[in-house]
Amino acid sequence: MSEIRNVSVKDVEEAIYKLALDAAYHIPEDVLEAEKKAYAKEKSEVAKQVLDTIFQNIEVSSKEEFPLCQDTGLGIIFLEVGQDVHFVDGYIVDAINNGVERAYKDGYLRKSSCNPLTRQNYGNNLPAIVHTFVVPGDKVKIIFDAKGGGSESMSKVQMMKPADGREGIVQTVVDWMIQAGPNPCPPTIVGVGIGADFERSAVMAKHATLRKVGEPSPDPVLADMEQEILTKINNSGIGPAGLGGLTTALAVHIEMEPCHIATLPLAINTACHVNRHKEIEL
Amino acid sequence: MAEYKLTTPLSDDDIIKLKAGDKVLLSGVIYTARDAAHMRIVESIKKGEKLPFDPKGQVVYYVGPSPARPGKPIGSAGPTTSYRMNPFAPILIELGQKGMIGKGKMSDEVKEACIKYKACYFASIGGAAAVVGSAVKKAEVIAYPELGPEAVRKLEVEDMPLFVCYDAHGNDLYEMAKKEWANRL
Repeated sequence: MSEIRNVSVKDVEEAIYKLALDAAYHIPEDVLEAEKKAYAKEKSEVAKQVLDTIFQNIEVSSKEEFPLCQDTGLGIIFLEVGQDVHFVDGYIVDAINNGVERAYKDGYLRKSSCNPLTRQNYGNNLPAIVHTFVVPGDKVKIIFDAKGGGSESMSKVQMMKPADGREGIVQTVVDWMIQAGPNPCPPTIVGVGIGADFERSAVMAKHATLRKVGEPSPDPVLADMEQEILTKINNSGIGPAGLGGLTTALAVHIEMEPCHIATLPLAINTACHVNRHKEIEL
Repeated sequence: MAEYKLTTPLSDDDIIKLKAGDKVLLSGVIYTARDAAHMRIVESIKKGEKLPFDPKGQVVYYVGPSPARPGKPIGSAGPTTSYRMNPFAPILIELGQKGMIGKGKMSDEVKEACIKYKACYFASIGGAAAVVGSAVKKAEVIAYPELGPEAVRKLEVEDMPLFVCYDAHGNDLYEMAKKEWANRL
């Protein structure tokens, strides 16, 4: 029998606090790397200027601890809990919320959570949105995703017909991203979830935006689809900030799981060009 | 494509010379407003109440800044997505507002209002918020402080870099750019 490992939720709170601040000011290295590669291939002068401004922004944010974007997002947490972990010193979700609240206050980050109907701002950026997965082992992995409203709004779940197949999926994603145009702050990272059921396809799509940028899916069929969709999106001409160019998306990442014989769930979630996320294992 | 330095308030003459794709360095006073503030402003217009600012000649920046650190006028302050203001912009343009600053597409009604009443939609670079925020020299909340980031702020900006996106002649920079750069891979 494997031993139970006690993990203090105080350590989780501290980890969340640090991840949220780090995500707000410092772009993930793989995202910056992909943008530099795109710059080298870009042929539009305006697109190069936009990318230059994006690089300048990354530098100022990092040096002066100014948020990369004023929309510092809601805190989305992917929490992978080893089944041998026992949380102590409090309730794990309270600890996560405390970490988010303190980071957004201390870091001069914008509080963006509100009542959906009255639109009253709660002033504390709470609650965090927590997706929990139980996994083998005795570790806790935390991914913190600071998700802004602009790119999040350019998302959708569509229950496709099984007959739509691969071609239908490719076309739907391409059409959706072209119609979104400049709204989600291109160059974007496009997350796609295929299969499972209605809500899980959406979680897969968001999770897919957090993969190392440009790393192809291990499934060659999906890797091929990712490349085809990416080329089609970048052939739209939308470009960085929608001002024209060859770089509308940096990558397309697909996750897929089995679905019901009568369904074909398809979810699309986009990450903007700062794609703020950081992770840690405790 | 030309480059202009403009200072608010803007006149019809300022607007008429601008063409989609031109670059503008904007200085002077501008006002911030986004979803919640626009709902209240338009409600006040309907009721005939006094507005937080007179829209005549003014430019409204669609932004909800992050909080200012001590000693700084403002935090990060990049543009928010503009289409959410589609229902409000034509009403304010009719009252004399000369410009909007944001990112992303707006509606045909907004384009038509820009032509009819001589106004302009300026695109800024979404997500370049720390850089854009540094063009702001002064900031003051003048209405709806309870809305937090969505309160109406009076900003003084210096050489804020913008692109003319919809001009008063019916041109659309996003459509022009897309057409020029499509199918090049």
